[in-house]
Amino acid sequence: MIEIKNVSKWYADFHVLDDCSTFVGKGDVVVICGPSGSGKSTLIKCVNGLEPFQKGEITVDGTSVGQKGVNLNALRSRIGMVFQNFELFPHMTVLQNIALGQTKVLGRTEPEAHDRSMLLLDRVGLVDQADKHPAQLSGGQQQRVAIARALAMDPIAMLFDEPTSALDPEMINEVLDVMVELAKEGMTMMVVTHEMGFARKVADKVIFMDEGRIVEEANTKEFFEKPRSERAQEFLSKILSH
Amino acid sequence: MNYNWNWGVLLDDPYLMWMYTGFGWTCLVAICAWVIAFTLGSIIGVMRTLDNGIARGIGTVYVEIFRNIPLLVQMFLWYFVFPELLPKDWGHFVKRGIPLPEFWTAVVCLGTYTAARVAEQVRSGIGAIRNDQRNAAIAIGLTSVQVYRYVLLPVGFRIIIPPLTSDFLGVFKNSSLGLTIGVLELTAQSRQITEYTFQGFEAFTVATVLYCLVTFTVMTLMQKIEGRTRIPGMLSLGAK
Repeated sequence: MIEIKNVSKWYADFHVLDDCSTFVGKGDVVVICGPSGSGKSTLIKCVNGLEPFQKGEITVDGTSVGQKGVNLNALRSRIGMVFQNFELFPHMTVLQNIALGQTKVLGRTEPEAHDRSMLLLDRVGLVDQADKHPAQLSGGQQQRVAIARALAMDPIAMLFDEPTSALDPEMINEVLDVMVELAKEGMTMMVVTHEMGFARKVADKVIFMDEGRIVEEANTKEFFEKPRSERAQEFLSKILSH
Repeated sequence: MNYNWNWGVLLDDPYLMWMYTGFGWTCLVAICAWVIAFTLGSIIGVMRTLDNGIARGIGTVYVEIFRNIPLLVQMFLWYFVFPELLPKDWGHFVKRGIPLPEFWTAVVCLGTYTAARVAEQVRSGIGAIRNDQRNAAIAIGLTSVQVYRYVLLPVGFRIIIPPLTSDFLGVFKNSSLGLTIGVLELTAQSRQITEYTFQGFEAFTVATVLYCLVTFTVMTLMQKIEGRTRIPGMLSLGAK
């Protein structure tokens, strides 16, 4: 489904991504972890072309992302993305946020988009917030709306860029619950997160990154029980010690 | 001070009419110039935020030229020099062919000058929006035009309403420079009344009051707009 082959990226002299390769199959849930600045977010932003890269190739469902002449907008509309700071459009109501892409990109009519949006809001448990503005919601609620907004496009895969790291601790679970449910339904997901509990529960595979490189890539059980690389061992011992 | 106050003279014919038409021209010049400034300024401001280097370059050159030359000099350049640079027939048309050449010159000059300021506000408004906000709009598949139309501009313009108010006020006050090329606006008329009646204090006091009146109206209008577009739940959009 998503294939990343030898991708490298530089900001001037700074090597952000160094020869990264991986594969995400249909229905797979892949968790990407690693220290700050290791290139995790950059890597998943390359998948839907939000970040350009200088070398290598990424294909999503057979479409090459970096290539010239590829209709990136069409591809992006099929890949949902959820951001660290929710990034709902502040001047629109919850409903308008979810409907925007449906009407302007997918060409659904207003009533169609409305019905679909309400269905998704019901799913994330926020039907009663439909007419509120994002700033009137809690962080956890905003992030659930953001997930609904992404799902409204009927994506073939979802990218999560640290979806819970801007949340108050007590709101993390309401967002993770929605993500777990999605994973169980067979959504293809790439998730950058430090929530190791989530990774253990639903991830098929964990990718560990450091200094722009994919240091380790292993199935979840293996990664947590006996990580091969020293760097990953060190990382895990630090974040799992409490 | 030995001065014969005579407020009544301003009600005499033709001075009342002069004051009245002067005020009218001031408003007309300012509003027409603002339409140009707002439209052109928004376009130039957006150009300065695009990825396209050529568009950004054009925007930058425009802003630097129009905000770095004194407004008075620009007024003279537009009025005396610009027609000479055009092909002969065109130049003649600009000088004599169009009705009210002084008026239109003042409008264009003020409009293009203020556009540079508006462009900078628009650029900073869009720049104040987090990059991931733009990414979120792109990620749902919106085209660049749609990203600006539905997300960046509605949010960016809300952020810059206060500084835009200053520029809108500025256009009214700067319109007084139109007198240097013969637009008979409020300041020009006040001066003329002074020359005819020697009652300069009265004439300029009334002009001052009228300027204050119009700026107060603009401020009220802009506050109304700000209130109407305020986003529920947000105290201040600019603060992030």
